[in-house]
Amino acid sequence: MTGSSTAAMPVASAPKRSYWRRNQRRLAPWLFLAPGVIMFLIYVIWPIANSIWLSFYDWDGLGQKTWLGLANYAELLDDENFYISLKNNVIWLVLFMLAVPIGLFIAIFLNQTVTGIRIYKSLFFFPFVISQVVVGLIFSWFYAPNFGLLYKLVEWATGTGIAFLAEPNYVTYALVVAGLWPQIAYCMILYLTGLNNISPDQIEAARLDGAKGWRMLWYVVIPQLRPATFIAIVVTVIGALRSFDIVSIMTDGGPFGSSRVLSFYMYEQALSEYGYRMGYGAAIAVILFLIMMVFISGFIWKMVKDEREG
Amino acid sequence: MKHYARTAVLGFATASLLASVAFAQQRVVKYNADYDPIPLAGMEAIIADFEAANPDIDIQLTNFDHEGYKTAIRNFLSADAPDLANWYAGNRMAPFVNAGQFTDVTDVWDENGLNEALASSAPSMTMDGKKWGVPYTYYQWGIYYNRDAYKAAGVELPGDDGVTWDQFVENCKKFSEAGIDCITTGTKALWPAAGIFDYLDLRTNGYDFHMELTSGKIPWTDDRVKAVFAEWAKIQPYITKNHAAIDWQDAAALMVQGKAAHYIMGNFAVGNFKEGGMTDENLGFMVFPEITPGIPRAEEAPTDTIHIPAGAKNVEDAKKFLAFVTSPEAQTKYNAAVNQLPTNKNAQVGDDPFLQAGFKMLSTADGGIAQFFDRDAPAEMAKVGMEGFQQFMVQPDQLDNILERLEKARQRIYK
Repeated sequence: MTGSSTAAMPVASAPKRSYWRRNQRRLAPWLFLAPGVIMFLIYVIWPIANSIWLSFYDWDGLGQKTWLGLANYAELLDDENFYISLKNNVIWLVLFMLAVPIGLFIAIFLNQTVTGIRIYKSLFFFPFVISQVVVGLIFSWFYAPNFGLLYKLVEWATGTGIAFLAEPNYVTYALVVAGLWPQIAYCMILYLTGLNNISPDQIEAARLDGAKGWRMLWYVVIPQLRPATFIAIVVTVIGALRSFDIVSIMTDGGPFGSSRVLSFYMYEQALSEYGYRMGYGAAIAVILFLIMMVFISGFIWKMVKDEREG
Repeated sequence: MKHYARTAVLGFATASLLASVAFAQQRVVKYNADYDPIPLAGMEAIIADFEAANPDIDIQLTNFDHEGYKTAIRNFLSADAPDLANWYAGNRMAPFVNAGQFTDVTDVWDENGLNEALASSAPSMTMDGKKWGVPYTYYQWGIYYNRDAYKAAGVELPGDDGVTWDQFVENCKKFSEAGIDCITTGTKALWPAAGIFDYLDLRTNGYDFHMELTSGKIPWTDDRVKAVFAEWAKIQPYITKNHAAIDWQDAAALMVQGKAAHYIMGNFAVGNFKEGGMTDENLGFMVFPEITPGIPRAEEAPTDTIHIPAGAKNVEDAKKFLAFVTSPEAQTKYNAAVNQLPTNKNAQVGDDPFLQAGFKMLSTADGGIAQFFDRDAPAEMAKVGMEGFQQFMVQPDQLDNILERLEKARQRIYK
C-alpha cells in the first residue's frame, strides 16, 4: 500500500504539479514585493507618466485639452521667467550646501559633556522642528522694511535700511538664509548621531600617533562620518530643489518674479490664482523632475556601488 | 429573535427616514462664499431676512477663506457644485462661463426688472448676450490722503475738485523734501500696482482704450501705452521705496502714521485707515486728477457677484435668492452694513462721507466704469502685467524690456 503509493506518486503527480508549485521560488519574491510595487506604480509612476503626458497639452483644468506637442517646451526655452527660476534653483543648490559643513561644525561643538548640553542641543535643533511656514514668517519680519530687526540694524550701521525682500538682486540670497536655518539644524542632528558612533579606539590610536585639531578632524573623524555626510548631502540637495514653502510665504515669487524657483513657478503656472496653465506647469515639473533625476541617479549609483564593495 | 430584531431596526430606520422626509418640507440651497468677517455678518443678516420671507427654503452658507476660495471654486464647481457661488464680474468670470460651469440667469434679470435697476453693472455681467450672475456690491477706487501730512509738508490742501495733475506732481516734490512719501502702496500681492496703472491709463487714454488694451486688441509697445508710463515716471520717484516687500495693509499704516501722503486704493481701505486712528477730520478722498484734457472721466469700481453653478440642484430657489439679494431693500441693508455701494439704483447709499463721495464720483463718471485690471484682463495677462507694473516702479529704466515682455505675453494669451 505505502510502497505502491510512493512509487505511483511521482508518475501520477508530475504532470499535475501546479504552476504555483513549479514556480514558487521565482514567484514568491514578487508576491512579497507586490504591495509595495503596486503602491509605487499608482502613487509615483502613474503621476509621473501623467504629468509628462499633460505637458504636451494646453489645458486650463476645466475645458477641453488641446494637443500642442512640444510647444510648451519650446515656449519654456524662450521664457525669461524660466531662466530666472533655473538660476535661482542653482543659487539655492549651491548655497544650501553650506548647511552640511555648518551643521558638522555645530555638531562637533555640541558633542561634549557639559551640564545641560541636552538643552543646548534641543535649542539648536529647534528650527528644524518648527514648520517652514513659521520659519518664513519669522524671517519676513526679520527682513521687513521699516520695522524689521535686520532693516533697523542696517539702517543704524549705514544710514539707509535695505529691504532685502524688495531688492531683486538680494532677494534669493535672503530666502536661502531663511531656508538654511532649519536645514543646518537638520544636518547637525544627522552629524550628532554620527558622532555617537565614532569608535573611541581610533580616536585614541590617532591621539597616540600625535594627531589633533584639523588633522584629527580631517583624517580620523570625517572619514568615519561618511554615512552621515552622504545622508546630509542627499537631504540638502532635495531640500534645495523643493524649496517652495519659504518662497511662497516670504515673497510669493516677487518682487516681479525675481525670487521664483522652478517648483514655485510650476505652482504659479498650474495652480495659482492667475495661472491654470496645467500643460505649461506640467512641462516645468518635467524639467524639474529631470534635474532631480540627475542627482537621484547619482545617489542610487553610489549606494549600489558602496553595497557591492561592502 | 435575531431576525426579529433586525426587522425592528430596519422598520425604525424606515420610519425615521419617512419622518425626516416629512420634516424636510424645507428645500435646501447650498451657498459657497468667501466673506471676510464684516461682509459675512452682513450677508448672514440678508439670508435671515430671506428665510423669514421664504420659510420653506433653507440657505446653507459655507464660508471659505478669501484667497483659498479662488482655488477651491475650481474644484467644487465640477466636483460638488453648490446652488450659489460668489465670484467676480467681467473677464474674471469668462473661464467659467466658457467652460459651461455657470447657469444662464437672464430670466432673473428680465422678471425682476434688473436690467433697468442694475443697468450700470449689466455690461460686466453679460457674455454672449446672456447674464451669468447678479452683482450684489461694488466699491470705488480713488486717492485717499492724509491731511496731517499736507500740514506737515506745508502743502496746500486739495479743494473739492481735487488738484490738477501738474499740481499733484508739484506737491509730490514738496512732500519728498519734507521726507514724506507722496504716494504709498504695498505691491507684495501685485494687484495694488494695477490700480495705479488703471487710473493713469484711464486718465491718459480714456475708457475705450483701456478696455481695448485689457482685451488684447492693442500692442503693449503702442505709443499710447508708453505715454501712460511717461506720466507714471513723473510720480515714480515719490512712491514708497520698498513697496514690493510690503502688503497693502502695511502701506496703509504708513499713511496713517503720516509717513506717506496719498494712497491710490479701493474704498475698503477706509476701514484700515480708521482702525489705525484716522478720522473723517484728517482722512481725505479725491478723484484721480485729469491728465489728458477733455477725456470723459472714467472710474474704477470692481463688482462682486453671485452665480448659480451649472451643477446646481436647486436652481429655482437659488434664482429666488438672487432676485432677493438684488432688491433695493436687501441692497440698502447689506451695503450699509459693509460700507460699500449698492448695485441697485433704487437702494439707499450709506451715510459714510467716503461712500457718499464715491457714489457721487461714480454717478457722474461719463467715461465709463472699469472693473479692475485683473478682472478686465484675462488672468494670465493680469499676472504678467502686474509684475511688469511692479518692476517699473522699482526699475523704471527697464521699461522697454517690460513692455516687450508684456507684448510677447499678449500675442500668446489672446490667440
